[in-house]
Amino acid sequence: MSIDISQFQDVFFEESFEGLDTMESGLLSLDVGVADVDAIDTIFRAAHSIKGGAGTFGFMDVSTFTHVIETMLDDMRNGEREVSVESTNLLLDTVDVLREMLTAVQQKVETDDDRIADIRQQLEVMMASDVELQAVALANDKQESERKAEKSNAGWLIDFRPHRHLFQTGNDPVRMFGELASLGDLSIALDDDELPPFSDLEPEDSYLKWILTLRGDIAESDVIEIFAWVDDDCELVIIPLCSTEPVKPSVMVEKIAAILDSEDTMSETEQAEIADAMASTLAPEEIASTIVAQATKVKSIPVTAAAASIRVGTDKVDSLVDMVGELVIIQSMLSQIGEKFTLEMLPRLNDGLAQLERNTREMQEGIMRIRMLPISFAFNRFPRFVHDMTDKMGKKVALKLTGEQTELDKTVLEKIGAPLVHLVRNALDHGLETPAVRVAAGKDETGTLQLKAFHQGGSIVIEVHDDGAGLNEDKILKKAIEKGLMNEGDVLSPEKIDELIFLPSFTTVDTVTDVSGRGVGMDVVRKNISSLGGTVEVFSKRGEGSVFTIRLPLTLSIMDGQTIRVADENYIIPLIAIIETVEIKAIDIKRVSGQGKLYKLGDEYVPIIRLYSVFNLTPKITELEEGLLVIVEGEGQKAGLFIDDLLGQQHVVIKSLETNYRKVIGVSGATILGDGSVALILDVAGLMALYRDPSLAKMKLNNDRAA
Amino acid sequence: MSGFQAVSDSVDLMEQKEDGSEQYLTFLLADEEYGVEILRVQEIKGWDRVTHIPNSPHYLCGVLNLRGAIVPLVDLRLRFGMPALAYTPTTVVIVLKVDGITPRKVAIVVDAVSDVHNVLPEDVKPAPDFGLSFNTDFITGLVSIDDSMMMILNIDSLLSIEALG
Repeated sequence: MSIDISQFQDVFFEESFEGLDTMESGLLSLDVGVADVDAIDTIFRAAHSIKGGAGTFGFMDVSTFTHVIETMLDDMRNGEREVSVESTNLLLDTVDVLREMLTAVQQKVETDDDRIADIRQQLEVMMASDVELQAVALANDKQESERKAEKSNAGWLIDFRPHRHLFQTGNDPVRMFGELASLGDLSIALDDDELPPFSDLEPEDSYLKWILTLRGDIAESDVIEIFAWVDDDCELVIIPLCSTEPVKPSVMVEKIAAILDSEDTMSETEQAEIADAMASTLAPEEIASTIVAQATKVKSIPVTAAAASIRVGTDKVDSLVDMVGELVIIQSMLSQIGEKFTLEMLPRLNDGLAQLERNTREMQEGIMRIRMLPISFAFNRFPRFVHDMTDKMGKKVALKLTGEQTELDKTVLEKIGAPLVHLVRNALDHGLETPAVRVAAGKDETGTLQLKAFHQGGSIVIEVHDDGAGLNEDKILKKAIEKGLMNEGDVLSPEKIDELIFLPSFTTVDTVTDVSGRGVGMDVVRKNISSLGGTVEVFSKRGEGSVFTIRLPLTLSIMDGQTIRVADENYIIPLIAIIETVEIKAIDIKRVSGQGKLYKLGDEYVPIIRLYSVFNLTPKITELEEGLLVIVEGEGQKAGLFIDDLLGQQHVVIKSLETNYRKVIGVSGATILGDGSVALILDVAGLMALYRDPSLAKMKLNNDRAA
Repeated sequence: MSGFQAVSDSVDLMEQKEDGSEQYLTFLLADEEYGVEILRVQEIKGWDRVTHIPNSPHYLCGVLNLRGAIVPLVDLRLRFGMPALAYTPTTVVIVLKVDGITPRKVAIVVDAVSDVHNVLPEDVKPAPDFGLSFNTDFITGLVSIDDSMMMILNIDSLLSIEALG
């Protein structure tokens, strides 16, 4: 039976990348000098599954490379190697290399062989030097020579007798033999004596035993490690072969006899049986070569482009299935009512419709939940990131993550990564001080960086909190004046000054570093976040640190909207963009050079944008006093939209106009209202741009599409 | 008898399809007959209200809700510079599948759907060149059917994103 295993490759890659993340976070949590067996086990397991998977799919480079890592981890686990900063860092590097290798294999591009070889050599050097150190410490020449002998050995004879329940533990000897075959020249002898007649056979039990000869210069640990998972489920004897010549069956039988004698676990008749079995075995080379051939065959099968996928908990899917069931029941009930409708059935119809409404809403929420992923997907990169950055900068920072299980929409999650990295990098570079400065300021020399996520109302809040120096308002003010962003002598509250950092090309760092300070910064962060329909704010206290608060909508596909009317058209304004709606008083309207009109809002003046004019509609109301002014904010700027009337507020499902048409300036999308008609959703920032430059409306947006 | 006639007609259609001919759906615009490849037609429906798109060309009526998808609607009369005709519930809307950078759906308003014709590729005559007076880029060719003439439309260029802009 042949199965096209290439169909599982996508799953393998997905799992391997998850495994790498696990390894990474595990490595970062390792404490120097302490061999935390649980943590190392977790890392080891992840590495082991990657190795196994890679072997299965024929990615031999990956599998052999992972093997080296495993060996090192194994030493750590057994306490033979100290958990040092160097070894942890090297292992982190190997995780990177492994990730690159897997990406390369996935995209079918060439790997950076030099780098791989380099890291691998480093690993081997480290392992070798450790062994040497041990030897020196023991000052035992004999041991040294033994080690040499071991190194140049001819191979291993393995007597593998699995217990009956081997298969129930999920282990497959064929896999293990495949791995052995990847180490060296493998000969396999089968002992099927315990195999009962077919009628008595328990299909889930394992009756077979094997004697394997593995020729080649192979470390014992490599061999033991392959059997690591079946240790408790078999009787295993591994003895070294003495010569480099191929072992003859007779020699083998002697060896086995020797083993059996020493172990004294079998009767003499059984010994004879084994010897008989040995004689009638298949040509072992053939088996080994078939395994290898199969592996190479797999390699040549083309990989299809990876499709984006989401893993969804079965509970979420189950609840959806339940809801669909209910929906079907309601549907059949309603159609029954519809078939012979009489006035008496009106209450039943209303009941049914109410149920349908509830069910639809639940279903909508359920489907949205499928798209929700925990924010840990975005947070997970930070332990490594902070580790590397602080190493580079000579700072001490403890990273705290809270609320990692907070869920948000997959699209939002993918787009929030870059802004978060930026904020964290800023906090590390500008916010947190060096240990010396911190101690001088009377603070703990280790700074704290906290990433916190939680739900609040209909939105998700992410806070990046550091207990560093806080924003330097004097410096910001000086810079702002220097850049001509404000005038000398202007008095601003500290909060307003802090807001200045979100202005384009603003940086207070005098020298551009490797880390940050290129002046493409907070304005991009704010722009990215507002493109997700969110906001970002800063709160800072000199000497105590700063908090950046990001507020995001839970999902991008549903939002709260305010329906408005202009001329004969209805539009929807995102509720998040609306600050307030005012009735216009003539006294508050100011003119600028006889043309543009401003509205006085508190101590601010906002431009009045007549929606009918930017959209070239035939107006019904032109007198400002007769309509309403909706004060909106987009990309940090405020404006007043002049409209005829406010209608209702509602949840709207956002549909793209670009699927079948193109982007329209001033419109971010469309939605379908309850009566089946289409309503356009306004894009406040686009409207402001259109107001400033009406010719944009004539411009074709082909570039937008091509880009 | 007419039933039998219809069946034999459709058998006829299928037989002719074997010989490499293509089927065209034809519709009328101010007594002129136009044809589009029948495989490009997604559906034919009646007029429904549309939502106006601000700052769009006059021949773009707006967008309509096609079972949850937002589809632009083009009035072909206006597109070809013909006098406008008031929309009534019997006005015909044809939803077409248009190829471009991405496949899209675009609906057109026509006077009436007329017929389905089988046309052999060799019967398609090239569109005449009107020079600068009239752009015929979106006409693939002309076909004579009995006494009348059908213009085959290249909907990919007629309804491209640029043309709708």
